Amino acid sequence: MNNRHLYVLTSLLILAGLALFSYKLLVLHFPLSPDSQVKIWDMEVRVSFLAKDRPIKVSLYIPRTSSNYALLDENLVSRGYGTRIRKVAGNRQVVWSIRKASGQQTLYYRATLQKLRSPDELAPAKPEPLQAGKSDLKGARLMAAMAVVDDIRARSVDTDMLVSELMMRLNAPKLNQNLDLLLGSAPTELTRARTAVDILQLAGLQARIAHGVQLSEFQRDLNVVHWLQVLQRDHWRPYDLATGEAGVSDDYYLIWHSNKSLIKMRGGKQLKATISVVLNKTAALYGILLQSKADMPALYKFSLHSLPVDKQATYHIMLLIPLGALLLVFLRNVIGIKTFGTFMPVLIALAFRETQLLWGLILFSLVIAAGLMVRLYLERLKLLLVPRLASVLIVVILLITALSIFSDNLGLERGLSIALFPMVIMTMTIERMSIVWEELGRKEAMQQGIGSLAVAALAYIVMINQQMNHLVFVFPEILLVVLALSLLLGRYSGYRLLELIRFRALLRGSS
Amino acid sequence: MLNIARRLKSADVLGINRRNAQYTLPHNARRLYPLVDNKARTKQLAMAMGIPVPELYGIIDYEHQRRNLHELLERYPDFVVKPARGSGGKGIVMITGRQGQLYRKVNGQVLSWDDLKHHVSNILAGMYSLGGQPDQALLEYHVLIDPVFQAISYQGVPDIRIVIFLGVPVMAMVRLPTRQSEGKANLHQGAIGAGIDIVTGITLDAVRKNQIVTEQPDTGFPVSGIQVPHWDTMLKTSARCHEMTGLGYQGADFVLDRDKGALLLEVNARPGLNIQIANQAGLHNRLKLVEQHQQSLKSVDDRVAFARQHFAAQ
Ligand SMILES: Nc1ncnc2c1ncn2[C@@H]1O[C@H](COP(=O)(O)OP(=O)(O)O)[C@@H](O)[C@H]1O
Ligand SMILES: [Mg+2]
Repeated sequence: MNNRHLYVLTSLLILAGLALFSYKLLVLHFPLSPDSQVKIWDMEVRVSFLAKDRPIKVSLYIPRTSSNYALLDENLVSRGYGTRIRKVAGNRQVVWSIRKASGQQTLYYRATLQKLRSPDELAPAKPEPLQAGKSDLKGARLMAAMAVVDDIRARSVDTDMLVSELMMRLNAPKLNQNLDLLLGSAPTELTRARTAVDILQLAGLQARIAHGVQLSEFQRDLNVVHWLQVLQRDHWRPYDLATGEAGVSDDYYLIWHSNKSLIKMRGGKQLKATISVVLNKTAALYGILLQSKADMPALYKFSLHSLPVDKQATYHIMLLIPLGALLLVFLRNVIGIKTFGTFMPVLIALAFRETQLLWGLILFSLVIAAGLMVRLYLERLKLLLVPRLASVLIVVILLITALSIFSDNLGLERGLSIALFPMVIMTMTIERMSIVWEELGRKEAMQQGIGSLAVAALAYIVMINQQMNHLVFVFPEILLVVLALSLLLGRYSGYRLLELIRFRALLRGSS
Repeated sequence: MLNIARRLKSADVLGINRRNAQYTLPHNARRLYPLVDNKARTKQLAMAMGIPVPELYGIIDYEHQRRNLHELLERYPDFVVKPARGSGGKGIVMITGRQGQLYRKVNGQVLSWDDLKHHVSNILAGMYSLGGQPDQALLEYHVLIDPVFQAISYQGVPDIRIVIFLGVPVMAMVRLPTRQSEGKANLHQGAIGAGIDIVTGITLDAVRKNQIVTEQPDTGFPVSGIQVPHWDTMLKTSARCHEMTGLGYQGADFVLDRDKGALLLEVNARPGLNIQIANQAGLHNRLKLVEQHQQSLKSVDDRVAFARQHFAAQ
């Protein structure tokens, strides 16, 4: 009666539904379609060593969300070990410890990574500054380093050039005297990197060595790669160690930055750490869910994806029913189609999901036709209503069983899914149809029967749609909009489409 | 299609959605529905107000009372069995005579005593009632057709439907049984409906299955131009139905008995919309007019006068 009230209510519902929907879509990037994919890596660090009945403590640097990769999920496999994850000088480190262990030991760290669409999307707002330029150069080495600084400063106008000049000199096949002194004989890549950091700090820059892995499709026993990072305007700018060029490959993933090594151990022997990665292309949704699990635990907890997978299937079906119901409201109140029973077609449509449309229609018609014949025959026996309904139900079940066995023998697998038809609903349909048949004639009964099947088929087409399926499951808030629409249809007072045909006689007379 | 919708709208034709949203839902309180959904209660109400109805011979509530049925019916040679909560003519059996254990229906078919008992138990089990609730079977007087309608109804009694809004009779029609409708005057069952001019009580053309017809298909006699007897009484009684049921929007069904005159058969809280086709006129403008003058339409006489003044057939 009070239309204002209804309009306010429905606009609130629509607003709430759309707001939540667009938040998930635009801010959290939930995918609109079921088949968009993202790249997800599984990374594993396997740590093995020999223990000899003594207390053991192993610490391993572990990664975090970097400027180009998000750490979605991580876990540790370490039976019997106490574990602790701590932060040291801007790095993360897992510490395994045990009072006593013996024999070969294996510990695992596993992480799931996702490439970020745009770099820096999730990077920490401000990198922690390093303790400023304390270089431990002394004496002659300090003098040599200062000479190098002067030399490269004279030839560069900005940091990029400075670093490139320095690396060129450090990597030259024939080193000059000063560098020779600093690097010593047969320098490794890492010694070069350390020297570079020392010199850059001496030049008044904040620099550090970054260590990480290069992510690839599939790789066992990955090498740790190193590069240089120099702080510029609140941003750690990467430089290639070999060329001194700014920027490193996009697939470099930072694990830690310090002068220490990846792993350290006390109490064991033959320590070995191997890193491997595997690339998985998964549904975009999975990545986003993991991400929201990490970033917004509350949102994840209240989504359907937090349910066990086998339970999720039930909700896939349940959430589709409102769509079917809305369609039914539309077909009945706006088009004016008559059906047996209000929601019977929607339930039949659910059963069609198992049988596929054509088979569903054939099997359904078969059972109804056979049931109807039995029912019309029972009419002659003059049975009381409830026993008669029970008898028809039993006949329906027998029919379904017979059809299942028959089609199985014929090797038609589809036939078996007929058992999923809602038997009580079918029984009521048969009963209603037989009454309409007797009271209003065969034509009316057939019309309503075909009407019901047509509505069921339409509802099936809506409910089987992968896109719809995905939408309601990922964005259940859409159902608020569906609710609002069906509330609005509840006050629809225009003509039904079939009424236009019905009342045409009236117009012909008047004009 | 849109064009048809526009023309129907300008002809003030009422659609089912609007009827529900603007008339039945707001004007008919749900608690009043049982009064009219159960024909036994409607009969009681009418009798209490002194409105004549077909005499009730008996009510059967329980299966075992069926045994009394035989006894009850010994006394009456012809009678009607109907479900108290039935609708659309479903489950109504009219018996016109008996030979021993055999009962003859209006169309000449014969029912055995067993058939009749089974029919009654179907009624009790709720086969014909809304939503399948358990029901009662009513046994009542078989109305005898008024000679005026003899020529234009086939084996049965026509009934006269008057739609009443806020106590004002707004539109009327007579429904004539046909061979197809088995003596029942329900349009769904194949009966034909002819509009009635509210002012004069004279019939207009008829419709059958949404088509306009001018004569009774089984007898071939013209249906229009017939003066319905007892029209003034019926119009007045229909206006009183507003006080009787309390429903704002309703349809009263009368039958004309050869000897007893106009009898109230039943009241409907959701009267159908085909009456508009039978009258070649829309209901909506009439309903709006009544709504506008609602305040001044207090007494039964005022309301009947209002109807006569405004709702003449064109
Ligand atoms: N007592 C009766 N005598 C003769 N005909 C009757 C009687 N009762 C019902 N009918 C016929 O059956 C039709 C339907 O009866 P009604 O009481 O209006 O039930 P319903 O609610 O099913 O329409 C009437 O229009 C009339 O033709
Ligand atoms: Mg009736």
